Amino acid sequence: MNARIVRLFAFITVLFAVLIGFTSYWSVFDADNLKAERVNKRPLFEAQQIKRGSILAADGTVIARSRPTGSGASVQYVRRYPDGPLFGHPIGYSFAEQGNSEFEQSHNAELTGEDSEFSTLFDEIRGREQTGHDVITNIEPAAQQTALDLLAGRPGAVVAIEPGTGEVKALVSQPPYDPNLVPSSLPELNADPGSPLLDRATQGQYPPGSTFKLVTATAALDSGKIDLDTVIDAPGTIDVQGQPLSNSGGSSFGQIDVTTALTFSVNTFFAQLGQRVGESTLYEYMDRYGFNSKPGIDLPPDQLSVSGVFGPDGKLLKPDDGVDIARIAIGQERLLATPLQMAEVAATIANGGDLMRPQIWQKVRDADGRTVDQLSPERQSEVMSEQTAAQLTEAMKAVVNEGTGTAAALSGIDVAGKTGTAEVPGREECEGLPNQAWFVGFAPADDPRIAVAATVECTDGQGGTVAAPIAAGVMQTLIGG
Amino acid sequence: MSARAGSATAARGSGRNRELVALIPVALLLTIGFAAVFAQNDSQLSDLSLSYGLYFLAVCLATHIFIRIRLPNADPYLFPLMALLTAIGLVMIYRLDSELAKSLARDQANWFVIGLVLFAVVVQMLRDYTVLERYRYTIAVTGIILLLAPRLPLIGAQVNGAYLGIKIGPLAFQPAELAKICIVVFLASYLREHRELLVVGARRILGVTLPPLKHLGPLLVVWGAAMLMLIVIRDLGSSLMFFAAFLALIYVATGRLSFVVIGMVMFLVGAWVIYNTVPHVTDRVDIWLDPYQDPGDAGYQVLQSMFAQADGGLFGKGFAESMVVIPGGNDPLLPAAQTDLIYTLIVSELGLFGGSAIIVTYLLIAARGFKVALMANDGFSKLLATGLTSVFAFQAFVIIGGVTRVIPLTGVTLPLVSYGGSSILANFILLALLLLVSDRARREARQGRDAERTGVWS
Repeated sequence: MNARIVRLFAFITVLFAVLIGFTSYWSVFDADNLKAERVNKRPLFEAQQIKRGSILAADGTVIARSRPTGSGASVQYVRRYPDGPLFGHPIGYSFAEQGNSEFEQSHNAELTGEDSEFSTLFDEIRGREQTGHDVITNIEPAAQQTALDLLAGRPGAVVAIEPGTGEVKALVSQPPYDPNLVPSSLPELNADPGSPLLDRATQGQYPPGSTFKLVTATAALDSGKIDLDTVIDAPGTIDVQGQPLSNSGGSSFGQIDVTTALTFSVNTFFAQLGQRVGESTLYEYMDRYGFNSKPGIDLPPDQLSVSGVFGPDGKLLKPDDGVDIARIAIGQERLLATPLQMAEVAATIANGGDLMRPQIWQKVRDADGRTVDQLSPERQSEVMSEQTAAQLTEAMKAVVNEGTGTAAALSGIDVAGKTGTAEVPGREECEGLPNQAWFVGFAPADDPRIAVAATVECTDGQGGTVAAPIAAGVMQTLIGG
Repeated sequence: MSARAGSATAARGSGRNRELVALIPVALLLTIGFAAVFAQNDSQLSDLSLSYGLYFLAVCLATHIFIRIRLPNADPYLFPLMALLTAIGLVMIYRLDSELAKSLARDQANWFVIGLVLFAVVVQMLRDYTVLERYRYTIAVTGIILLLAPRLPLIGAQVNGAYLGIKIGPLAFQPAELAKICIVVFLASYLREHRELLVVGARRILGVTLPPLKHLGPLLVVWGAAMLMLIVIRDLGSSLMFFAAFLALIYVATGRLSFVVIGMVMFLVGAWVIYNTVPHVTDRVDIWLDPYQDPGDAGYQVLQSMFAQADGGLFGKGFAESMVVIPGGNDPLLPAAQTDLIYTLIVSELGLFGGSAIIVTYLLIAARGFKVALMANDGFSKLLATGLTSVFAFQAFVIIGGVTRVIPLTGVTLPLVSYGGSSILANFILLALLLLVSDRARREARQGRDAERTGVWS
């Protein structure tokens, strides 16, 4: 029997080796996959046991803070958002069950204190629990409030950027949502037909309409295809690819230059200008402005939309995909842009042609109040020469002073801007209100301190009447005039 | 062993001394473990942890002295190895106390002491354990009744769809733990008597060696009992553990691998039929194959087991660092951490190394147990030691395999480590029987050598 007993022992040894094999698979080899598993809430619960840092507005207003519940080993921090819907976008939320979103997600490492391994280890030796850092943003609560008030319940978005630094001063999406309600009513928020969880400022893709003429004009002037004196005949209607393309109200303008064309938003001028500029040049300038790729803002890439020309299947079209250049040049056809992208266009012109990377954060502070990290403004791209920017600024001043954007005028401050009204017939949620109203601009025109894009969905008004006053109000608040 | 050198007394003494020395690291480990949990929970060391260690060492010493007197020749490693598992179990259970707001560790420590008392009683009463052979049918019937008890009205208790426990007043008990010993004793005795007949009368039918029908009856009864267990107590794990021990014994007794294969095929066929007819078993198997199909409910336990192990990595998160309940409430994040998932908790907090150490400890116990069987001189002793060791090892395999998804997860305890009085008591009875067999085998071996040396037998 002894030989059989030894064989039985060998068999049991094999069985136990299998156990060690499986244990090492779960604990080591497959561990990363298991940790990333959606139904695995352990990483989230663990994060919830760390005192997450606060998020502050530029003026020190607390946007988000963590409050402890329970005590001892089972202490758990719960996120509170004192101002509710005011900063729901772009700050997002952070809860154990629902996870993190938007700014809370993209700055998770700083907020949980994980970004500084050394000090964490040091704290551990000292017996201190891991504490998150505070993150101070560039967001101005007053501007957020003004934007929400002026949108007045109409779906839309407002983005305000400081042109010289890229600091995001306001980022508002209407309808807003209260992040405090996420733990109790996330399914309801998701099911809401108004999609309050969608950040329209960064994810809403809208036809930019005539505001895109700024991009066309940039490409034409900066590439040298035209200069300020170049005139093009702009009749009331031209024929493009067998379809008529008309000016607003069918007005004929005759031989006009680019400044006049921008001032009165002449479609037939810019359609021909687009054809003259050509697909590849227009695309090159779009790329420089940040179109065709995810924005450089400090939000999670999966929560950002790309601006560009989209095919019927939702795929981004390239210049040689047979795009209708004339209609793209006036911001129609299949061109879609986010409010953030159009704010970057305005900010670039305001900053003399350099696009600064838009950033919501300003400073990271540890629990003792020491500054751990500070935003240093970064040039994302050189879009155009300073001269081109100055020429466009003059034209944009004319838009506000005598053209389509007079509603954006501020008393005592020169405003530069461009209106846009894109017709989007057949949008079901708009119930027969076909227009997407836009205004992009900056102020003061000669020494720009703030650049703004404002847009309103589903309106029967025009960019100049609906969106311009919103942008004006936000600029007024931020300049303090 | 080094029995050739030195006198018999010295050899005997050195074995017991090895046992004594081996107990010291066990007590140290317990002390350090308790100290670590203390430090983790209260951020301060307390001399209380030291007193727990001393208390544990004192109890072990008392047992050691008892073994010295009553079982001087018994294997010196089995008791320290089992004490080691108990110590690890105590530390892990103690670590759970504050989180579960219970005093499970105190209960477990009491069970440990009661278990050792029971160990002493069994050793004392069964000086000649061969009397067990005389009562083998009584023992078999007792085992079957114990197994069926959880289905009896009034005292039966259902846990998670399986019938494993009985409840009399405040006392809960898992009778399967004791039944495993009864059944092994019966099988060892029965096979000792019939193994020759099973082999000699075997004939080949269609190229398969079959045991003679006359003697097949009792074996079919065991198979039927395993199947009945699946249906009656609905627990795949304990059924698998019993049947594996049974096949191990058949193999060792007869040497016919074909019997084992036939047994396995019969078990698989039976299990397949039951899988398709008993919903509880169906669920367990389906969840094993794809736990993600119902991550919040049926698949919750096994998924959480995998997730907690993933947190462990190579060296673990450290004592008391793994989350057991969902923060801010009492909902379990690691359900049944003190029983079913205690191995998961060990891997999560002590890592792959901690988990492997546990498995290696079981392997060492199996090695010593089989060594006892090898040294035993008569068929019953050999089969008894083999059976007891096998059922112990298979039980560890079934539950560790369950939490690591090698096999479907079932509610069997991890021997000596899991929280639970019945498990502790049954396993110390098992230890008592193993040491009794070992003591006699080594005594006879030594007497043989002494006789050889003094020339009495030559």
